[in-house]
Amino acid sequence: MAKYAFFLGCIAPLRYPGIEKSTRVVCERLGIELVDLNDASCCPAPGVIKAFDKKTWLAAAARNLALAEKEGLDIITVCNGCYGSLFDAAYELHEDKALLADVNKILAEIGMEYKGTTKVRHFAEVLYNEVGIEAIKSKITKPLGYEVAAFYGCHFLKPSKIKQLDDPENPHILDDLIEATGAKSMPRKQRTMCCGAGGGLRAGFPDTAMKFTKTNLENIKESGAKYIIDVCPFCHLQFDMGQKDLGFAFPVLHLSQLYGIAMGMDAKELGLSAHQTPVKL
Amino acid sequence: MVTPNPAFASELAAYGGEGAKLCFQCGTCTASCPSGRETAFRTRKLVRMAQLGMKEELISSEDLWQCTTCYACQERCPRAVPIVDVVIAIRNIAVANGKIYANHKRTGENLLKYGHTVSINDKVKAQRAELGLPEIPPTVLANDKAKADLDKILKVTGFDKLIG
Repeated sequence: MAKYAFFLGCIAPLRYPGIEKSTRVVCERLGIELVDLNDASCCPAPGVIKAFDKKTWLAAAARNLALAEKEGLDIITVCNGCYGSLFDAAYELHEDKALLADVNKILAEIGMEYKGTTKVRHFAEVLYNEVGIEAIKSKITKPLGYEVAAFYGCHFLKPSKIKQLDDPENPHILDDLIEATGAKSMPRKQRTMCCGAGGGLRAGFPDTAMKFTKTNLENIKESGAKYIIDVCPFCHLQFDMGQKDLGFAFPVLHLSQLYGIAMGMDAKELGLSAHQTPVKL
Repeated sequence: MVTPNPAFASELAAYGGEGAKLCFQCGTCTASCPSGRETAFRTRKLVRMAQLGMKEELISSEDLWQCTTCYACQERCPRAVPIVDVVIAIRNIAVANGKIYANHKRTGENLLKYGHTVSINDKVKAQRAELGLPEIPPTVLANDKAKADLDKILKVTGFDKLIG
């Protein structure tokens, strides 16, 4: 059984706990063992904390990576932001020994050391690459007839030079994962566009962030999709909280919640009461 | 008339933005930027200003904070300029010079206070309990020693003073 350290991050456990719950249930059904990465902090957020002070970002990220390394486990995350942050930090610390030595001087202050061995995995990518579409199909108990929009977000696949998961301009991983449930992923314009939340834009310039969201929602509407399926709690929040003011009402589900539905979890277990845009199943 | 300031290149490099020098100003970045469609932010211009060392203009500009770090520009750059790294480097220099927006500062304050970018509240505690999850997730929120460790890191790097 594959085993990973479950890195929670901020938005999933503290705003959409249904994503955390669905992930736990779905992983168990798929034979993935999740061990809580106790004592972890924010990843920290790549577009804000890293943008304020890269040294702080790297040291705090290294602490999270070191916690997993101590357990002898690789990290799994359900968030593009956490994935972007921790993957990039792990990459930099693996490639640059001088940088690793500098960071370890900081970690030494708290009696920790990072050797540079932790790998960082995204939930969706683990499902696709380690479990596989056919094995997933065999676990679907309630095939879905939904027509949906696959929302990749940014930091799942990009920068593709170091992630090398899929074609960032014309990806298929999430579409394939969605269609394994019987749902149909509807083609649409600009399907790899940013949701607008990242890089501190939602916090700093929310009106501009909402313009991104509106463009995406218009493209989703035109595609005929009825649901938005994301792989990032921050994209999830941006769509879920932003739609009402823009006059849209697409139910927003994280991939873990879509899988939860297709594996027979009920609305209560999926934590849908935390959603601002109502989700009717 | 702009007087180039070559000394800025080393400052930019210290923050990981040395890749700016590779840019030959084709503008693919600007054409790919979703923020550029909605705002006055022009990625190519930002990189050119970085090459010229226009530090004051760069760190005072609202444009600097319109990037969502979506990587659309970087993926398409024919010179493989790590454009997002350049943006991050300039933002680091801006913040080191006291240029930070109140709403961004709040995110930093949350990290100092909670170890997370958002706080926990009673509503989410109740939702977690209803789902059979621990009310407080097993992160720094649940362990004072772990939070103290994080605090120490944020102190050693000077983040507390930078944001505080």
